[in-house]
Amino acid sequence: MDFALFLEWTVKSLVLIFGLLFGFAYLTFYERRLLARFQVRIGPNRAGPWGILQPIADAFKMILKEDLTPSQADKVLFIIAPVLTMAPVTILAAIIPWGTSVNILGREITLYLADISVGILFLTSVASIAVYGIVIAGWSSNNKYAMLGGLRSTAQMIAYELALGLSFVSVILLANSMRTLDIVAQQRDLWFVILQPVGAVIFIIATLAEVNRAPFDMVEAEQELTAGYHTEYSGMKFALFFMAEYEKMIVISMIGATLFFGGFREFWFLKETIFSVDRLPWLGPIYLFIKLLIILFGMVWVRATLPRLRYDRLMALGWKVLLPLSLVVVFITAAGILLKEQLNNSLYLAIIPVLSIFAGLVAVALVARDLRRKENARS
Amino acid sequence: MHVLEPFFALIKGFWTTFRSFLEKPITYQYPEVKRPVRPRFRGRHELKRYANGLEKCIGCALCAAACPADAIFVEAAENTDDARYSPGDRYASTYEINMLRCIFCGFCEDACPTEAIVLGDNYELSFFDRQDGIYAKDRLLEAVHDPIMLTPQKTPPGIFTRSVPEMQNPTD
Repeated sequence: MDFALFLEWTVKSLVLIFGLLFGFAYLTFYERRLLARFQVRIGPNRAGPWGILQPIADAFKMILKEDLTPSQADKVLFIIAPVLTMAPVTILAAIIPWGTSVNILGREITLYLADISVGILFLTSVASIAVYGIVIAGWSSNNKYAMLGGLRSTAQMIAYELALGLSFVSVILLANSMRTLDIVAQQRDLWFVILQPVGAVIFIIATLAEVNRAPFDMVEAEQELTAGYHTEYSGMKFALFFMAEYEKMIVISMIGATLFFGGFREFWFLKETIFSVDRLPWLGPIYLFIKLLIILFGMVWVRATLPRLRYDRLMALGWKVLLPLSLVVVFITAAGILLKEQLNNSLYLAIIPVLSIFAGLVAVALVARDLRRKENARS
Repeated sequence: MHVLEPFFALIKGFWTTFRSFLEKPITYQYPEVKRPVRPRFRGRHELKRYANGLEKCIGCALCAAACPADAIFVEAAENTDDARYSPGDRYASTYEINMLRCIFCGFCEDACPTEAIVLGDNYELSFFDRQDGIYAKDRLLEAVHDPIMLTPQKTPPGIFTRSVPEMQNPTD
């Protein structure tokens, strides 16, 4: 390994880590401003022009706050927990491709950190480590609300990880590869969201549950659990949890963009123009960033719109609706690909969206019927 | 139709929030832009003067008696024609309102026989020192635009004999 390669990796890692930190800080700002607009307010606009220094003020406040450790807490685990939540998120950012490669000073530099052949598998395995952090935080705090929050989080994450994993499977089948680069390359002509819309919807719902966002923020249900697993945390340790949560949002949105929305590839209407990624590789990161902003806007929009789910309904949705539906979707995807390969006609791929939308409609109808029956039984 | 009903409901909900996203924020940028108060708003008290500058307050302490929070302290002294503060015999030599106790009920305003104390528009009453919470006459008394109007005034004898003026019905 020559020195230049080492330097390249170091620089890229640093860019990624600091980019995530910066992204976290400004995601909180982005969210607060957007949420304020949804509630016909203005939002933070005092610190600096348009309030752009607000995240810095928040960071200072966090750092200067007293770092409290409860006397009865399990000290070692209490300190490890935030780190354990934070680390996997940062690791995950490594597998997201920002572009193909660019030429800087005569050196071909790839716009991704790690090109793992089993990228998606790596993603699911690393992502599930984060739940340990939350459980340990809940346990070591010696606080019943934290404990309940941690337990809820475990149950929720396990329930939705299955649906999430299965929505990955349909993408893997479509791309015929687990490499994120291959998946993006396969979406040159058609984004997978068009080929597998129900899979994308399942992914989005499961993602919201995985990152504990509204309407699935049962883990931190203020009215019931004060602050959930991080009730006892303050100062920098709390900031780490907060950071992990928002960075998870960023990373999972980028993964969503990569898997279903063409990753760093240009928007469909820019294909074959000068703005194509093939012509200008530097546009890759910009396209991914735009897609990221759009997905995050969607997340904030969902938070502004939907109320929190009741816990039993949350579990019922995960186990009784999303899991069977995603199994059906995987089956349909596999069948469609098999038909296409056996009969050698790409048109057969069209049965994938048609059948999966049908399956999705059936699922929605069944849920609606069930809810209506409960309503009738009550009245 | 039945199958798509949940989707219509979902779209309706999301559209509702998106519509409010497009609305103009209703926030007042407070320190720069102040929201105008209502006509009968009850803010900080003001001790009013007559047109010639004499104080309306005659030191009767009815406001102190009416105050449910016991926030007002009044001490009266005698007027003379050489040093006249208010019409009639007596004036308030000390008039203090403890803003830490005041509940802004406006009973003092109602109790006042001369309409001397009026709850004004000022609601920016923050202070750092507890002692600053006690507003004395120097801060409560209405400002004058002409130094001639300042009290005490030297007045000709036999004019300002009546403590309570002719009153009209309130307009607001």
